[in-house]
Amino acid sequence: MGEDDLRQMIGRVKNGSLSRRGFMRRMAAVGLTAPMATQLLAIAGAGSAQAQGSVPAYRPTRRGGGGQLKVLYWQASTLLNPHFAVGTTNQDASRVFYEPLAGWAADGTLHPVLAAEIPSIENGGLSADGRSVTWKLKRGVKWHDGQDFSADDVIFNWEYSRNPAVAAVTSGSYRDVNAVKVDDHTVRVEFAQPTPFWADAFVAATGQLIPKHLFQAFNGANSRDAPTNLRPVGTGAYRFVSFLPGDTLRAELNPNYHMNNRPFFDTLEVKGGGDAVSAARAVLQTGDFDYAWNLQVEDELLKRLEAANRGRVNIVESGGIEFVQLNCTDPNREIDGERSHISTQHPAFSDPAVRQAMALLIDRNALEQFIYGRGGPATANFLNNPPRFTSRNMRWEFNIARANEILDAAGWVRGRDGIRAKNNVRLRFIYQTSVNAPRQRTQAVYKQAAQRAGIDLELKSVTASVFFSSDVANPDTFTKFYADMQMYTTTMPQADPQRFMNQYVSWELSTRANSWQGRNIVRWRNDEYDAAFRAAESEIDPVKRAALFIRMNDLIVGSNHIIPLVKRPTVSGSVNNLRHVLSGWDGTFWALQDWWRET
Amino acid sequence: MTPAGEAWRRFRKHKLAVGSAVVLGLMILAVLFGPLFWTVPIDEIDFTARLQGPSLAHPFGTDDLGQDLLARVLYGGRISLAVGFAAMGVAVTVGVLVGAIAGMSKGPVDVALMWVTDLFLSLPQLPLLLLIIYLFRDALADLVGQELGVFIMIVAVIGLFNWMQVARLVRAQFFSLREKEFVEAARALGASRVRIVVQHILPNALGPVIVAASIDVAGAILAESTLSFLGLGFPPDTPTWGRLLFDAKDNLDFAPHWAIFPGLAIFLTVLTINFVGDGLRDALDPRRVQ
Repeated sequence: MGEDDLRQMIGRVKNGSLSRRGFMRRMAAVGLTAPMATQLLAIAGAGSAQAQGSVPAYRPTRRGGGGQLKVLYWQASTLLNPHFAVGTTNQDASRVFYEPLAGWAADGTLHPVLAAEIPSIENGGLSADGRSVTWKLKRGVKWHDGQDFSADDVIFNWEYSRNPAVAAVTSGSYRDVNAVKVDDHTVRVEFAQPTPFWADAFVAATGQLIPKHLFQAFNGANSRDAPTNLRPVGTGAYRFVSFLPGDTLRAELNPNYHMNNRPFFDTLEVKGGGDAVSAARAVLQTGDFDYAWNLQVEDELLKRLEAANRGRVNIVESGGIEFVQLNCTDPNREIDGERSHISTQHPAFSDPAVRQAMALLIDRNALEQFIYGRGGPATANFLNNPPRFTSRNMRWEFNIARANEILDAAGWVRGRDGIRAKNNVRLRFIYQTSVNAPRQRTQAVYKQAAQRAGIDLELKSVTASVFFSSDVANPDTFTKFYADMQMYTTTMPQADPQRFMNQYVSWELSTRANSWQGRNIVRWRNDEYDAAFRAAESEIDPVKRAALFIRMNDLIVGSNHIIPLVKRPTVSGSVNNLRHVLSGWDGTFWALQDWWRET
Repeated sequence: MTPAGEAWRRFRKHKLAVGSAVVLGLMILAVLFGPLFWTVPIDEIDFTARLQGPSLAHPFGTDDLGQDLLARVLYGGRISLAVGFAAMGVAVTVGVLVGAIAGMSKGPVDVALMWVTDLFLSLPQLPLLLLIIYLFRDALADLVGQELGVFIMIVAVIGLFNWMQVARLVRAQFFSLREKEFVEAARALGASRVRIVVQHILPNALGPVIVAASIDVAGAILAESTLSFLGLGFPPDTPTWGRLLFDAKDNLDFAPHWAIFPGLAIFLTVLTINFVGDGLRDALDPRRVQ
C-alpha cells in the first residue's frame, strides 16, 4: 500500500465515505494493529515534513525602523563559521548572518529560507524511491557584498564540508551524500540508499551556507585561516559590524534582504557571558536585554522574576527527556576487566516484576509540580516529539501499594531490615546521576517511595563534567554505567527520531570494545526493536514510518528498563513586547528575520 | 595548686573562651541527644510544607521537599562534628609523631622530615583532595560501604593535610626542651630515649599542641563543608552542614532560612572552637605570669 492510497483512505474517513471500522480492517490487513491505525488517523495531515502556517504572521509593513535588538547569551560565541561551530552558541551566532535552504519550525516541519519551496513528492522534489531530493533555490538572493547567490555556492558548501583537510564539524551531514548542480537555481542531493530522512544536508544548523567566492581559496588545510571565519558575509537579514570572540557580536540591517519588509530592527547586539540566573534577571526583572537564551534556572525563581511583569518565559517543545535507566547487565561483576559486561544479567532487574515496581514508584506528578515546574511536564513516553511520533499507548502511574503487591506476588520477601530479597539477591540499588539540584531532589523523592516498597536506593551524584565526559579512564561516566540505575537528560538533535531512537538498537551497545561510545547505554537488546528500526531506516511512507517509531517507543518503555520522567523543553526569556519565532528543533535565530517589536 | 587547677583558673579569666565553651558544649549536647527529643525523620518528604519559614511544627523551617531542617541540621551536626574531631585526632597523631622524631634526632633525619613537612605545606589542598577522592572513593566504598568509606576517606584526607603545623610546633618545643636541665638529669640517670620523650618532654610540649588541635577541628569542619558544598563527599541524601548549604544556595532569594541555620551552625562551631583554643593557649602557656 503506497502513501497515496493511505492518504486517500484517510481522506475518505475524514469526509465520511469510509467508516473508521472499515479503515481499521484495511489497516489490519496490511499488518498494522488497531491502536496504530487510530494513530494514523490522528497524525494524518502532519504525516509529511512540510510546513503550512507553522510560523506566526509577520506584521511590520516596512523594512527597518525598529531600533536596537539586544540578545543575551550566557555562553559567548567564539567563531562565526557554521562549518566549524561546535556547540549551540557558535551555531546560533553564525545563523545571524548565514542561512540554510530550510529550517525546522516549532511543530517539527520544514520551513523554506533560501529554498523556493520545500521538496515533496507532489512538486517533484522528492523521488518516489527516496534516493534523491531536488531543491529549487530562491531567485534574486544576494550575499552581503552584492554578489549573487546560486547553486554553485550550495555545491561548494558540500565540497567544503566533506573535504577531510578542512576538518569541518558538519561533515557528518555531507560525507555520505552526493550533491549535483542541475542548473543555476536547482540542486539535487543523491543518496546511496532510500533515505526517508532527507532533510539533513543544507538544512538547519549544519546547513548554513557560506559564499563560494570568499571561501574557495580556503578549501583545504588553510581553512582555519580564512579572514571570513571571523568577518562573515552571508545572506541573512543582518550584516556584520563587529565581533569580539567570547564577548560581543554586533550586526546591522541588511538593506538588500531577500524577504519583503524584513528585518524590523536597525541594529542587533548579541552579548555573551555571565550565568543563567543573571541572564534571567537582565531580561525578566530589569529589562536591560530583549531576549535571553537557555534559562536553566529553577522554575520557582523564574516565576518570581516574571512577577516583575517586564518579561515572560518562553517554553518551546523539543525532544529532550529526563529519564531513568535500569541496567540490563550486572555492574558488580567484572568480566575481562569490564563491569556491566553485556554477557551478564542484572540479578534483580532481569525480573520484569522488579522493573514494573520501579516504574510504579516514581511520582512524576510531584516532579512536575514541585521540582521541574513548566520546564518539565510529566510524560510516559521516551519519544515525545514531534507530535506525529507521540505514542498514545503508554500510561504512567504512581502507586506504592501496587508495587508492593507485584513484588509480593513475584516472591520478593521483606527481610528483617525491611529490604526485600529473593535467592540471596537484595533489592538494594546504586542510583547515580550528575550533580544538579533538581536531580538530587528527584533522587530523594524516588528513594523515599522505594523505601516504602522495601527497596533501598543508595544515592550517588557525580560532578557533571565527569559524569558526561567521554573519559575512558573514569569509572563514573554515564556511558560506562557502573551502577544499577542512572538518570539524565538525552536530547533530540533533529526533528526526526531516527538518530534519537538508535539508543536501543543492539549494534549500538556501549562496551569497552567501542570505548563506551555506543549509544545503547542501558544495554538493552530486543529483536523486534532492531527489526522495526531497520525497517524505519528505509521506510519512505511517512505514516508507516511514524508507526514504526511509535512501536519502538512502546517496546522500550514497555520493557520498563527505561522509565521516562519529564520532558525537557527549551526555556528562554524575552521582554513582553518582543515578537519572536522560536523552535525547539532549530537554533534560536532560525527565523531572526521575522522578529519584531510591538509598540 | 596543681598545674591543672592553675590552668583552669587562667582559662576562667578568658571570658570569651568560657562563653564559647558553654555554647560549644550545648551544641555538642544538642547534636548528640537532640534527635532523641526531636524525632521528626530527616527524610520525610511533604510537598504541602515546602520552603516554609520557621514555625512551631518546623522550628528551622523546611526545604523545597518539605523536609524538616531542624532534624537535618541535628543529624548533619553529628557528621560534621565527628569528622572534625576524628580528623583532628589523625592530624595530631601524625604531627606529634613527625615532630617528636624530628625534634629528637639531629642531622639528616630531621632535615628530611622537615623537607617532607614543607612539601606538604606547599601542596594545593583542595585540588589534591578532589583527586584523591576520585581515585580511592570507590575502592574504599567497596571495602567498608559507601557512608563509612566516605567518612574514613574524608577524615584521613583532611587529617593528613593538617598535621604540618603540629609537627613544626612539636619539633620546636622538643628543640628547646631537650636541652633543659631536667632532661639532662633524666638522661644522666640512664633513662632510655623513649622514656625521656614520653615521660619528660612530651607533657611539657602538649600546651601548644592542644591549641593547634582545637584550630584543626575547625579547619576540618570547614573542609568537610567545602567538599559537600562542591557536591563531593558524602552521598547526596546525607544532610551534612555543607550539603545543606549547597542545596540551599539556589533558593537564597526566597528561602534564606534554609541556608541561615546550617550556616549559623558552622559559623558558631568554628568560632567557639577558635575562642576555646585561644583560652587554652593562655591557660597552658607556662611562661605567662598573671
